[in-house]
Amino acid sequence: MLDIIEKLTQAFGVSGNEANVRSIIQDEITDKVDEIKVDTLGNLIAIKKGKGNSFKKVMLVAHMDEIGVIATYIDKEGFIRFSNVGGVSPYCSLGQRVAFQNGTMGRIFYERKLESLKDLKLEKMYIDIGAVNKEEAEKIVSIGDTACFCGGFELQNGMVTSKALDDRIGCAILIDVINHFPETENEIYFVFTVQEELGLRGAKTAAFSILPDFALSIDTTDTGDTPECKAMEVKCGNGPAIKIIDKSIICHPEVRKGLQKAADTIGVRVQYEVLEYGGNDAGAIHTTAGGIPSGTLSVPTRYLHSSIETISLKDAEETASIVRELIKGSGLH
Amino acid sequence: MDSIQYNALEQHKEERNAIEILKQLTEISGVSGDEDRVQEYVCQLIKEYTDNIEIDSMGNIIAFKKGINSKFKVMLSAHMDEVGLIITGYKDKLLKFKSVGGIDERILLNKRVSVGDSKIPGVIGAKPIHLQKKAERTKPIGIDSMFIDIGAEDKKELERLVPRGTFVAFDSKMVEFGEGCIKAKALDDRVGCAILMDMIRYKFDFDLYCCFTVQEEVGLRGSAITTYRVEPDIAIVVEGTTCSDVAGVEEQFHTTKLKGGAALSFMDRTTVYDKELLDFIKNVAESNNIKYQLKKTVSGGNDSGRIQRSLEGVRVATISIPCRYIHSPVSVMSKEDFFSSRELVRAVLNEINNKGGVNYA
Repeated sequence: MLDIIEKLTQAFGVSGNEANVRSIIQDEITDKVDEIKVDTLGNLIAIKKGKGNSFKKVMLVAHMDEIGVIATYIDKEGFIRFSNVGGVSPYCSLGQRVAFQNGTMGRIFYERKLESLKDLKLEKMYIDIGAVNKEEAEKIVSIGDTACFCGGFELQNGMVTSKALDDRIGCAILIDVINHFPETENEIYFVFTVQEELGLRGAKTAAFSILPDFALSIDTTDTGDTPECKAMEVKCGNGPAIKIIDKSIICHPEVRKGLQKAADTIGVRVQYEVLEYGGNDAGAIHTTAGGIPSGTLSVPTRYLHSSIETISLKDAEETASIVRELIKGSGLH
Repeated sequence: MDSIQYNALEQHKEERNAIEILKQLTEISGVSGDEDRVQEYVCQLIKEYTDNIEIDSMGNIIAFKKGINSKFKVMLSAHMDEVGLIITGYKDKLLKFKSVGGIDERILLNKRVSVGDSKIPGVIGAKPIHLQKKAERTKPIGIDSMFIDIGAEDKKELERLVPRGTFVAFDSKMVEFGEGCIKAKALDDRVGCAILMDMIRYKFDFDLYCCFTVQEEVGLRGSAITTYRVEPDIAIVVEGTTCSDVAGVEEQFHTTKLKGGAALSFMDRTTVYDKELLDFIKNVAESNNIKYQLKKTVSGGNDSGRIQRSLEGVRVATISIPCRYIHSPVSVMSKEDFFSSRELVRAVLNEINNKGGVNYA
């Protein structure tokens, strides 16, 4: 699983530009599923067909996109002004390296006349690609091009650190479920979505086309285990977190129960997640069409939306095990 | 008169006609939720060119022009509604109100308004400056401290004439001024409506749907249902967009430039636009020598967000006309940008027709 996590997290895939990530996933899974397609918005939908005639349609979701920045203006000295794509903190951006899809590297810094860093805003910052003027800059970067934060991959003390673990770890977990697919009658839709970071956009249209019996999203969540942070029960390394609520969804009780039962069956310790902000793809799915019972299993992640997102590898592996167990059964009761 | 002169004359006549339609469109009151009169005007003018006109449950117009082979569907979308005000109560012989859609409250004071269906003239007033306390003078007067004065003397009569819930539009006639500029209210998005009214006159191989939507300014509401009815393969939104190329704004914050041509969007708050479709439109503009610009900031949003994420997903683009002082009674647009945008929409439809789609394979 480690190799694929590295490959996926290090790939470029800012919201709206998920093609690189999509093709890595396609290469991994195409010959292991019964059907695979890319929809209008760019979601990758892979299907393992159901058996018999009373199977359930289960939609498993992870999003391919990551946060990043987008070029909005190039000045005559060749510096690039930018805006955020998804939730980008000016403080986490300061002094960071960014990479455009064509490989162009940039460095983010701020207008030095700024007196207090408290007033730091993205509009007071710029990307330096080392171009001497506008013309040179425009040869390699166009207005509207996106760039991702650079954040190398490492494993230390059982913890994985990289950019874009949100939510390539979810993608890696779904790939792992496909690679070690359990015996099941159910029809499983593996959906790798686009534009989650911009408001759960891809998941909405995918859910409309699939209309599953229930849906489970695999995503990252914040933790409360770092010095002087906001209080939260979830800790890195304490097991996968069954989401109860966030700003986009109150998870369906039957999905929560199903997850709990699956975890108990295989003896995995879980945590419960109450997230007071943010949302995830399940939020867009559960209000689609006539309503779809939906839930989320989260991988606790430190430093979300930064270049040093950090998870416990064991949490990720156990998340995959619970998903495998869940889809074996008849699902919801 | 040779044919070049004749064509120029015809073109001039046609353009005058288009500006006249735009004038009439912008002068109609059509605040979000109260688009009936715009709807009526549009329907009346396009009736003879369409194969079917449907008014849906919210009041959107879905105008249909059947294609020669109907192999796929293209949807154009422009919204009929404008930002405005709504009456919420009374204070003596004056009217209390709230805004409908995004309005900078500071622009309201001392403006002329038109109240309700019968267009009762009114003005927006507040406590005179010499009676304001010192602290009051230092900050802009908020909407709750303003009122609309229609010159009423009798409170009963006032409540009868203007019941709570009455919509109020800015009172602003369209004026041509300067070097090819136009001042009007509601250019956002009657300018889009005017372009769609022109497009419905043409016949293509594909099925063309022109949707004139309601309630865009209060959260992209009308377009949340039109797409499900039309089920388009491609959608193009035609919009009036912000133009901030004015004094005091650093160049990196210029969303669009007046006279910079039709504005194309790559991303805004509601949508990441379909790349292939955007490139297709850029190519069409370049090969037809039509002036265009990229909308440079990622602020704002429009119906395209709703459309893109309806059904199983729809490919969308937005072509916009830059408007300075948008969402005010004195929005300013250049005729040149209006005609470039119109020409671009038409050229894009022609190219989709010739290529049988938007794939440059």
